[in-house]
Amino acid sequence: MTRRLPATDVVVVGLGWTGSIMALEMARAGLRVVAIERGPWRDTSTDFPTTTAPDELRYAIRQDLFLRPAQETLTFRNNLGQTALPIRRWGSFLPGNGVGGAGVHWNGQTWRWHPWDFTHRSATIARYGQAALPADNMMQDWGITYDELEASYDRFEYLCGIAGRAGNLGGELQPGGNPFEGPRARPFPTPPMNMPLAATMFETAAAGLGWKPFPSPSANMSTAYTNFYGCRLGPCTYCGFCERFGCGNFSKASPQTCVLPALVRQRAFEARTDSQVTKVNLSTDGKRATGVTYVDTAGEAWEQPADIVLLCAYQLFNVRLLLLSSIGKPYDPVTGQGTVGRNYAYQVTGGATGFFGRERRFNPFAAAGSAGIAVDDFNADHFDHTQVGFVGGASLSCIPTSGRPIGNRPVPPGTPRWGAAWKQATRDNYNSTTSVGIQGSVMGYRGCYLDLDPTYRDALGQPLLRMTFDFQENERKMGRYCIDRTEHAMRAMGANQVRRNEHTGPYSITPYQSTHNTGGAIMGDNPTTSVANKYCQSWDVPNVFLAGACLFPMNAGLNPTGTVGALAFWAADAIRERYLKAPGALVPT
Amino acid sequence: MNAPRCNRRHLLASTALLVLVDTPSHSRVIRGALPWSPNEAYPPERVLPGVWRFFNADEAAAIGDMAQRLIPADGASPGGGDAGCALFLDRQLVGPFGDSTWLYMQGPFAVGTPQQGLQSPITPAVRYRTGLAAIATHCRANFAGRTFPALTGAEQDALLSDMEAGTSGIADFEDKPFFEMLLANVMEGYFADPVYGGNRDMAGWKLVGFPGVRYDYRDVLARPNEAYAGLPVGLTGRPAWDRS
Repeated sequence: MTRRLPATDVVVVGLGWTGSIMALEMARAGLRVVAIERGPWRDTSTDFPTTTAPDELRYAIRQDLFLRPAQETLTFRNNLGQTALPIRRWGSFLPGNGVGGAGVHWNGQTWRWHPWDFTHRSATIARYGQAALPADNMMQDWGITYDELEASYDRFEYLCGIAGRAGNLGGELQPGGNPFEGPRARPFPTPPMNMPLAATMFETAAAGLGWKPFPSPSANMSTAYTNFYGCRLGPCTYCGFCERFGCGNFSKASPQTCVLPALVRQRAFEARTDSQVTKVNLSTDGKRATGVTYVDTAGEAWEQPADIVLLCAYQLFNVRLLLLSSIGKPYDPVTGQGTVGRNYAYQVTGGATGFFGRERRFNPFAAAGSAGIAVDDFNADHFDHTQVGFVGGASLSCIPTSGRPIGNRPVPPGTPRWGAAWKQATRDNYNSTTSVGIQGSVMGYRGCYLDLDPTYRDALGQPLLRMTFDFQENERKMGRYCIDRTEHAMRAMGANQVRRNEHTGPYSITPYQSTHNTGGAIMGDNPTTSVANKYCQSWDVPNVFLAGACLFPMNAGLNPTGTVGALAFWAADAIRERYLKAPGALVPT
Repeated sequence: MNAPRCNRRHLLASTALLVLVDTPSHSRVIRGALPWSPNEAYPPERVLPGVWRFFNADEAAAIGDMAQRLIPADGASPGGGDAGCALFLDRQLVGPFGDSTWLYMQGPFAVGTPQQGLQSPITPAVRYRTGLAAIATHCRANFAGRTFPALTGAEQDALLSDMEAGTSGIADFEDKPFFEMLLANVMEGYFADPVYGGNRDMAGWKLVGFPGVRYDYRDVLARPNEAYAGLPVGLTGRPAWDRS
């Protein structure tokens, strides 16, 4: 039996980056806000202080902070001809759980996406013609431009205190920054990070190859910083425990360090944790959300009525919630009709590992999740694609994020996996090996999508999400092209031996690649091909707003969190300044 | 790894419920201030040698020998058996890792593609228990009654190599999955924080020059390409400071 609770103005589903930002913006606008979070409450001093945080086995290997598949997972297949099976143990990606979400255990690489990304379809046709689009693509523009989002990017960067060097200030290129970035109104809030040796070697090599290297923008702090909510971060100590770990040092921007201290002081805010939202409830005509239903730790169901529903769960689980709630028309890959689940995308990863010999000491343990050098020359449409046979591109970077030894023990190709020769090679190469990686774009394709699984269910008996995905020829060509360039860079850095890292064969959910899943509830300018309008508002149920990477019609060659954060501020502004004045569809259909 | 925490969490949840709010659901409710209570950081339980909790003595001896072959002793560097990999694995197997508590273990179980990853209903605890028994039976039958620890080093290496290749011919035994799990777990034991019972005297960290959990390497970054001079430190300090 579901019992009904007193109504609130806004209910937020998921208290990670987007949920905490939007909850605070709504509370500051005078609205009563209830946030409901599937996982536990988490904070720095109680859950990941420096005395217990640096524990590779517990966090990186046993995956203590992530969503446990026993609670909720998804099923996976490469194509429509296969039967999807459950992801029983995380591998390729690591969804977050609990307050702070993946914002607790990210590396902190915080990018603005390129102007081209938002108009990738029309810009490709304009420059190269319709024939340049890959087979079976579902490329479509976002319905929003970089220029419209600039102020929101600025807010997220100043929320986090991002460390970096501007490349384009108001249209004027700046020395040492990324010359390909969209124009920014003002510099980064804090100066770039200090660089590990491998990154400075990559910088020199890249410049020698004629590329334009620059410091990768970082949510690890180069200096102390106080944000506009009054939350203060301390300087990073390069401990080497970023990705998969909470920061014990208050040195990594996260909901805990940047938002929650201000949010909990809002009298109109309340968080309920350990509570799984199972459904968005709709009015009988299906055109209005009346609130959400959630299940608490005792297994009891509760209805939380609300005037506005903000879906702020992780990309995959926002899409699942739409499907479970019958909001919007599920996408059908056979007919190409429907919107929910459409344009699921991922990223192309790989690169080159260089072995430099015993005299070189990289000290890989002295590292931060975002302290490194990047190159954007081969990303987006920053180079002429006429002869390359693909659209999109990748960023190249040397960001040595850790030397944690369970996961980081590189040995040259041909070394046995155990025994005396393995041991000697491990001793010889641990400190003298480094990598340059790529992070490449993935377009939307007709057969890459999300829907509900017909067989497998979660602990509460609801259908799991089903993912159908494989890399297409366009992305494989792009990956080869950019991985070639990481090999060039590694040779220019002076490696004695270079190993090429490239995923061949079908996409596999086993090896870790990237927790940058995108799409499935995409934004756009047409309700027949998108779930949400440019204000992240559901076309079908206008008092439901969406947040996160589920909104992205494609995946770019950069980390998504900057764009995720910018869209959260953008949508919050739209609610406050437009929707509250005239509740209803913000874009006419 | 942290089963007691759930109980404390639930206690906290119900306490918060009574004191702070009128919402009747069994959710933890946070309102007005960041929640904090002392000793909430739930450190891992420190593993100290003693009675085996998962293995029997024969199983523990076999695992210790396997770890010693996978990571042999050389010069001043101890092997995997010396470094406590069997103790590490014994304690891991009585925790959530052993029975796959955190994994999705609902059926139906089907044979998938390699890209679909783990699909077996067999937990690590079951795989070790049954696998070690199958290896013991195989050794007694093929090596004149000797079990794995009584084999020569060359015989042990050959058997491990056959398991790695999937050609061991051991009856009632999936040799490749067993070997992959064993190799991964031995490496974990050798390189994980010593608080978990392996990496004794920080043998793994000293092998590669990992300084452990110092949490501040600004000075290292300021001196590129220089050797790090300090000794490693773990969550419980280091052997020279040992308080036990």
